Amino acid sequence: MMASSYNAKEEDGHHSGASGPGGGAAVKSKKPDNTAFKQQRLPAWQPILTAGTVLPAFFVIGLIFIPIGIGLFVTSNNIKEFEIDYTGTDMSSPCFNCSNNFSWNSTVPCKCSVSFSLDQPFESNVFMYYGLSNFYQNHRRYVKSRDDSQLNGDKTSLTNPSKECEPYRTSDRKAIAPCGAIANSLFNDTLDLFYIDNNGTRTRIELVKKGIAWWTDKHVKFRNPGGSNLNLTVVFQDTAKPVNWRKPVYELDTDPENNGFINEDFIVWMRTAALPTFRKLYRIIQRKNSMTPTLPRGNYTLDITYNYPVRSFEGRKRMILSTISWMGGKNPFLGIAYITVGSVCFFLGVVLLIIHHKYGNRNNNADIPN
Amino acid sequence: MLRWIRQQLDFDPPHQSDTRTVYIANRFPQHGHYVPQKFADNRIISSKYTVWNFVPKNLFEQFRRIANFYFLIIFLVQLMIDTPTSPVTSGLPLFFVITVTAIKQGYEDWLRHKADNEVNGAPVFVVRSGSLVQTRSKNIRVGDIVRVAKDETFPADLVLLSSDRTEGTCHITTASLDGETNLKTHFAVPETAVSQSVSQLEALLAVVECQQPEADLYRFVGRITVTQLGEEIVRPLGPENLLLRGARLKNTKEIFGVAVYTGMESKMALNYKCKSQKRSAVEKSMNTFLIIYLGILLFEAILSTILKYAWQAEGQWNEPFYNQKTEQERNSSQILKFISDFLAFLVLYNFIIPISLYVTVEMQKFLGSFFIGWDLDLYHEESDQKAQVNTSDLNEELGQVEYVFTDKTGTLTENEMQFRECSINGIKYQEINGKLVPEGMTDDFPDGSVPQLSREEELFLKAVSLCHTVQISYDQTDSPAGPFSHANGISIQMEYYASSPDEKALVEAMKRLGVTFLGNNGEKMEVKTFGRSETYELLHVLEFDANRRRMSVILQAPSGEKILFTKGAESSVLPYAKSGEIEKTRVHVDEFALKGLRTLVVACRHFSVQEYEEVDRRLHEARTALQQREERLAEVFAFIERDLHLLGATGVEDKLQEKVQETIEALRLAGIKVWVLTGDKHETAISVSLSCGHFHRTMNILELLQQRSDNECAEQLGRLARRIKEDHVIQHGLVVDGASLSLALREHEKLFMEVCRNCSAVLCCRMAPLQKAKVVRLFKTSPEKPITLAIGDGANDVSMIQEAHVGIGIMGKEGRQAVRNSDYAFARFKFLAKLLLVHGHFYYIRIATLVQYFFYKNVCFITPQFLYQFFCLFSQQTLYDSVYLTLYNICFTSLPILVYSLFEQLVHPHVLQNKPALYRDISKNSLLSFKTFLYWTLLGFFHAFIFFFGSYILMGEDTSLMGNGQMFGNWTFGTLVFTVMVITVTLKLALETHFWTWMNHFVTWGSIAFYFIFSLFYGGIIWPFLHTQDMYFVFVQLLSSGSAWFAIIIIVLSCLFPDVIKKVLYRHLQPTSTQKSQVIEAQQGVGCLDSMCCFSEGESGGARLGRLVDRVMSRCDPARVRRSWSDLDPFYSNDRSILTLSPVESTHC
Repeated sequence: MMASSYNAKEEDGHHSGASGPGGGAAVKSKKPDNTAFKQQRLPAWQPILTAGTVLPAFFVIGLIFIPIGIGLFVTSNNIKEFEIDYTGTDMSSPCFNCSNNFSWNSTVPCKCSVSFSLDQPFESNVFMYYGLSNFYQNHRRYVKSRDDSQLNGDKTSLTNPSKECEPYRTSDRKAIAPCGAIANSLFNDTLDLFYIDNNGTRTRIELVKKGIAWWTDKHVKFRNPGGSNLNLTVVFQDTAKPVNWRKPVYELDTDPENNGFINEDFIVWMRTAALPTFRKLYRIIQRKNSMTPTLPRGNYTLDITYNYPVRSFEGRKRMILSTISWMGGKNPFLGIAYITVGSVCFFLGVVLLIIHHKYGNRNNNADIPN
Repeated sequence: MLRWIRQQLDFDPPHQSDTRTVYIANRFPQHGHYVPQKFADNRIISSKYTVWNFVPKNLFEQFRRIANFYFLIIFLVQLMIDTPTSPVTSGLPLFFVITVTAIKQGYEDWLRHKADNEVNGAPVFVVRSGSLVQTRSKNIRVGDIVRVAKDETFPADLVLLSSDRTEGTCHITTASLDGETNLKTHFAVPETAVSQSVSQLEALLAVVECQQPEADLYRFVGRITVTQLGEEIVRPLGPENLLLRGARLKNTKEIFGVAVYTGMESKMALNYKCKSQKRSAVEKSMNTFLIIYLGILLFEAILSTILKYAWQAEGQWNEPFYNQKTEQERNSSQILKFISDFLAFLVLYNFIIPISLYVTVEMQKFLGSFFIGWDLDLYHEESDQKAQVNTSDLNEELGQVEYVFTDKTGTLTENEMQFRECSINGIKYQEINGKLVPEGMTDDFPDGSVPQLSREEELFLKAVSLCHTVQISYDQTDSPAGPFSHANGISIQMEYYASSPDEKALVEAMKRLGVTFLGNNGEKMEVKTFGRSETYELLHVLEFDANRRRMSVILQAPSGEKILFTKGAESSVLPYAKSGEIEKTRVHVDEFALKGLRTLVVACRHFSVQEYEEVDRRLHEARTALQQREERLAEVFAFIERDLHLLGATGVEDKLQEKVQETIEALRLAGIKVWVLTGDKHETAISVSLSCGHFHRTMNILELLQQRSDNECAEQLGRLARRIKEDHVIQHGLVVDGASLSLALREHEKLFMEVCRNCSAVLCCRMAPLQKAKVVRLFKTSPEKPITLAIGDGANDVSMIQEAHVGIGIMGKEGRQAVRNSDYAFARFKFLAKLLLVHGHFYYIRIATLVQYFFYKNVCFITPQFLYQFFCLFSQQTLYDSVYLTLYNICFTSLPILVYSLFEQLVHPHVLQNKPALYRDISKNSLLSFKTFLYWTLLGFFHAFIFFFGSYILMGEDTSLMGNGQMFGNWTFGTLVFTVMVITVTLKLALETHFWTWMNHFVTWGSIAFYFIFSLFYGGIIWPFLHTQDMYFVFVQLLSSGSAWFAIIIIVLSCLFPDVIKKVLYRHLQPTSTQKSQVIEAQQGVGCLDSMCCFSEGESGGARLGRLVDRVMSRCDPARVRRSWSDLDPFYSNDRSILTLSPVESTHC
């Protein structure tokens, strides 16, 4: 449409231009340039997917993927994992009382302990997770209910948090720090692990609480307000604690490097999970020496300070002990997927080879109905 | 102000009166109640926008598009309600699309502004207050006297007042208006012609009355009233007095004219507008797909909303302790919440409608159409004409053509006439070596002897050399003297210019035969008959028109006798002939026609004095009439052109263009039905049809000719239908003439269509221009709705060209009208094969894949988002970060498809041209059929499921994926899905790409690389102005996990594998012809016959083809090869057996 009005214009312009002296003297040939680009003759690679081209690829993929899959599968299988549910829904379970009598304003924490035994020793570092089910950390209202600039130590956001934090923005006319639903619902069960040796003596197993959050979160994204001021009580004096919390944010830990917003338990919780059943890293049990396993075979007790109610939404709480390989925790999926895809490739390679031999010649004829 | 608004909105009030009165030099009458009429100024405005109205007007136009409007609504919804994504996510792409389009349109408009300014600011000379004043073109007002010098263009539509010649004539060319390069003589009325100087013009008192402006270039009705010595003299004005804006003054030193139509009211400007918009079939299916996707979108949104409320029915999910609602949320009304939830889902899923589809398609069409103009194969060396694209909207339609309607003269033929034979007084003559030799005799005159001509012969030759409108241009046109000064005319180089090539051929032939036309100077015509000069006075010219199909001149012979010479089509002259060898001539004319010659019949009439007086009077009356001039003229012409004495007939050969036969054959092999529509006699038409391969000797030719009544016509049609049924092995050709056609179309449309569909070739002769258009429309609107293409070169093809889906103009000798009204134009009919078979095929494949791919990639994009809702309580949580949502269509996946859609060549162009049958692979919009669409959509869903559930299984096992035991969150999950998606979607296109230029490599790998680099950058910084820092280091953490890498690889591969397998299986089990030819092509590239890993690097086609042919020749039986690869020649050889065999064969498949 517009090209047409162009033409008229071109002619118009051309003629008014040519009406001057010398117009029409240099009549340029309209011949198009003979360049590869304009003639659509750019050098190009023209692959065609035929059985011939695809066959080798299939075999190669099959041959590579099956060993990789086996490797992944073996790696995953070597990982030891132990999981125990301590929600206390059953009458028989040790935490039944705690879960049943839960009330937000009880001052005395309810405690219970769960015994379990490990059949195999856990070598190297052991990672301790807590797991929640039916907990929708990925609900939109929940996910956005945070103020990242407050968590990053911004002074103004500290006292005036983002609107997104509603209804966990203020309490008693004071700004809540940290504000929002995520922070408010911080997981606050305390888990302690004891080894019970053959004589029945309980040995507390040392749980390391550093290194459970992403390094960048701990050091860049989360920062206490007030910079180098280590007296967090002063820094947070104009703020209120989240309503569900038992203690304010500056009392999360005694270690100043792990207190306030940079408390790693808090940071871990603030990274919202993708799915309603999730785990979060709780503690790390470090290997002491290469001679003894980190967690030897035997009986253990898990002492729980039961603070976190989940039964109102049919949730479950679990404790998981797991060793880790370079590829993370126990995850047979990748290994199985690689083995499956690899074998399917190989199988299809064979099928295609047959097809290629049977029908391949057909294509070589220039059998096009002209 | 109000008027300005109305002007801007094109609501100019209609003109009050039917005529306009122009006072020359604006000397209005002193007395009486004179109300000056308002005229437009001489400013040409071809631009659409001004600086001020660009933004609102352009926005308004853009939002009239349904897709843009849809996104605007989504954007507004996002602004109003609490939505999962920020308004930026849809606002930014919309802004991007709107800006790109606005920039493109703004640039085009700027070009127009520039051209306008150049034109409007051009210096002109105007007579004002008694002297010549230089001013700018835009300042010319109606009524101004304008001086135009030689070789200048006219700045407005002028009525010629005087020229430097005493008789008041001037020559112009209208090449820029209608492309006719001949010189046309225009006249001034004698009363004004004497005013040759400024001072004389100053004294001139005259009024021009004429009709209001209209677009028809060849129509002008008016009169001039000159007041001389108190006496009013009225003279008629016609097109021959009007100098059109844009035309150029030739052979004349200077002229004075009075401006009557200025600026946008000039005929040239009126012709700029009125271009109907054609929409391609692809665009139509695109809109259908959009509606289907809108349906999917609504369905998903409604389903999600319902499910959300189903979940929320249980309080524990609605509002658990950890995630309470605000007071406001609790208190708002249920219905409002429901609606806003629905809208929020709509917003969340809205990306399933590909926003950038339209802008990409537009860019693809705009940029892609350059390749047609650049194609050397479509460039005609002799005339220095390259192909021209007037509408880029229809590129892909070229790949869908099912019917070609072609004109004959000038399209199939050269329109380069050669005089061959004539019939004089019942004797046939041939032109041999510049002599007229009666049939049967050989050239027995010894050279040098003066041939003796009989009286009839001489009269015939004179008639032919006098009865025409040919102009002469001498080489030294600069000499001030007129053509008459060349007493010894022939020695000086002279050239004839004629609007009709027949006339030119005849006049040139007469010159060779000894009767030389030396030129006409106003009212005198000079011929030189064997050295003897004779001067005839030209009294009247009865111009040619398409209805009368003849033209006449009335001359006064040197003897004082007044003679009328008429020449025209035999059907319009013979019935009026009274004496002469009518029967013999009729037989001869038919014989000429059989040989494929174009025939004209020449006759004369001698007037007595009284007769001439009456003729003169009636002509003058009709010519000066202001009302119904055409009708009255036609009446007078009919009165004059009767009682004729037949002199003879001429036969002019029109050479076939080169490779017409091969082109028609190729089109037929491509499954395209070719119809020839011509105004010629049916004998001529059939013989040309046969010689150009449209009809074969083996064809059974059915005739539907000279039907007089409805019943007769119906019976004949019934008979033809039966014959076709009885005998369906043989191919049929149908010949219809105009009269029978209109009968057939009036009552028996269905039956006629039935017959036509079964004929492989149809020839319509004796067609009027509108009938041509009617035939095209009939097919366009028939139930199958085939895509039609009309190709022609003359003004008589314009209606057909405009009617057809694709209109093609041939840049021929009959002016530029067809070219101007066409969608594509080129110089030769043979280019049609390349345009359709190669360009059409490419464009279609490109745009079809583009459209399908766009829908596919958006399904891939948004379906995981939909699936995620099942895992987040339908809370409208987005899976991807807003930035990714925004940039997916703009940055990450936009360029590969654009480059693909510009450069893809699935088969080498030479192969496409050599195997027209490949065109059938894409016929009937096959790549955009519902089946294909479904395939792509399901593929999109399938891929989306794999992305989502692959990632879900990987992460949903809720184990750590990192070597340090730390956990990922929801954003990492989304990023994993997104990463897999970007890679898969890009690689899917890579699988579709058959032609990997460096640009494809660059954008494909570049897009993936860009995604990674961008993500690293985006996640590497705490963005100060962003509300949340959700993505901080998410991407780096993802990449630091070995499992994630393994997962990405396996998910991408398992997405693409089924597709690869499907492609390979289909190729081997059910290969299309296109795929077969790809294999052939690949084999010769590297030389491995087993086709293991054969990739052919680009190299020139010819050498490659040669090698290929050699190889195939040595491997297959020769007969077969000959059929598929008949020759190295891009077309078929002239071997008849191949030509006639192959179509039969191709109908089997």
